[in-house]
Amino acid sequence: MTEQGQRWRSFVRAAITLATAAAVYELLARSGYFAPALLPTIPTIVQTLIAMLADGTMIEHAAFTMYRVMFGFCLAVVTGIPLGILMARFQRVENFFLPLVSALMPIPSFALVPLFMLWFGIGNLTTILIVFYAATFPMVFNTWSGVRSVNPLWLRAAGAMGADENKLFWKVIIPGASPFIITGMRQAFLRAWIAVVGAEMIAASDWGLGWVIFDAKEFLNADIMLAALLVIGGIGYAFERLVFGSIERATVQRWGMVRMAKG
Amino acid sequence: MQEAVTTTIAVSAPVPARSGERLRGIWRNIFPFLVVGGIWEIIARAGIFPHRLFPTLEEVAQSFVELTIAGILPHHAIETVLRLLSGFALAAIFGVSIGVLMGRSRRAEDIFLPLVSICAPIPGLAYAPLFLLWFGLGNVSAVLLVGFVSAFPILFNSWTGVKAVKEIWVRSAQSMGADDRRLFSHVILPGALPYILTGLRLGLAQAWRILVAVEMLAAVPWGLGWLIFGAREFLNTDAMLAGIVVIALIGLSLEKLVFQKIEDYTVVRWGMITS
Repeated sequence: MTEQGQRWRSFVRAAITLATAAAVYELLARSGYFAPALLPTIPTIVQTLIAMLADGTMIEHAAFTMYRVMFGFCLAVVTGIPLGILMARFQRVENFFLPLVSALMPIPSFALVPLFMLWFGIGNLTTILIVFYAATFPMVFNTWSGVRSVNPLWLRAAGAMGADENKLFWKVIIPGASPFIITGMRQAFLRAWIAVVGAEMIAASDWGLGWVIFDAKEFLNADIMLAALLVIGGIGYAFERLVFGSIERATVQRWGMVRMAKG
Repeated sequence: MQEAVTTTIAVSAPVPARSGERLRGIWRNIFPFLVVGGIWEIIARAGIFPHRLFPTLEEVAQSFVELTIAGILPHHAIETVLRLLSGFALAAIFGVSIGVLMGRSRRAEDIFLPLVSICAPIPGLAYAPLFLLWFGLGNVSAVLLVGFVSAFPILFNSWTGVKAVKEIWVRSAQSMGADDRRLFSHVILPGALPYILTGLRLGLAQAWRILVAVEMLAAVPWGLGWLIFGAREFLNTDAMLAGIVVIALIGLSLEKLVFQKIEDYTVVRWGMITS
């Protein structure tokens, strides 16, 4: 079978699966076996989603969530990358920070939410700090291992060709570590995305996608919940594919650091 | 490095240089915590923040000991670990079997992949209210949610692992007369195991992260997440911090004791990866 035919067939099968899953869900929802408030039909969900998008509430919620997640994520990148580089380049810094990082890393960020609520109140600051906490560690860890794994041969070759410290850093170490750093950013964003939803649920403020879901639970609005879930999944997916995919193409693939996966 | 410097320390160990180095290693690991603890203590005693919100380390340690002796902390911890293990067991069973199936059969891959790739990018906690609505407050929702969420990394990794088994191994095993069962248990499973273990590790980490939050939301009677959340209502910051310490300890020991051991016994011993 040709590659093209194989792909087409996969596509058809995928479409059939999704259609079947949707049909089963719809049947369950319409059978009246479960309460309609708990299991809304697909048209209801779509209607709710469109209505909320149209009157702008959903967009505003999403904007609040994005603001929090980007703020925390940028903070994490700004602190995590330098710290990771310092840890990899200087033994002393590594000796000091590595035990701290490995001890703090297994604490789930949500465990800190109640504490941060006490310290910083409810609202943006707490959420941003939780996102920051969740996103920093993957950033630090990946940058650290990336810089450490730069091929020493490259360093020596560049040194032999007369590169000074400055050049060595920008032209060899940073590009060499970039696949790891970008993986770190990906992981960090994923963590941040999870953290923001959780933090918004627990440290409920007035806006944000996590809060919408949690608030909808109180009023048994399962359609709003599912609509918000769709938006959350959509944004997460878009970031993963579009943003990080294009960053990867613009940097590491152009520099020839990783090859495209064969598929 | 600095091996020669520490040899003068008189220890009755057989190899003084090594034990000196070990002492130094321990000290090196403890030192940062002492610094951070010192800073914490100074801030707490300086009274910049209200005392209730920023207790001294002594108080945290005291409430830790008190809660442990009273059996409250262990009870919370045991409930949490049980919930974690049952959720994770669900995830491991379903994740590995669906993942392996997807890796082996094109049809299964086409059927499951679209569903999985739609459900996976949604943060696990976002499902929590939905699960609470469908399955009610309490243990069932918590365990199911933890299982559901941590199944994804396991599934993805098993799937990649099975696909990453070298074609040439499969073919050489076949030409040496291995039937399907032997092929599976002697070639594909060991070949995919490093990936599956990575997946299990990621899954457990995910389960752990989600579980704490779920316990806060699902109003379970016992559990560390609930302990922390409940303590907030009464401004018991010391109890909260004690709970966080326990959470950190459990997380660390999961990583160090469980997974590194499993890895040592299986994939490292089989020579699949070097430790």
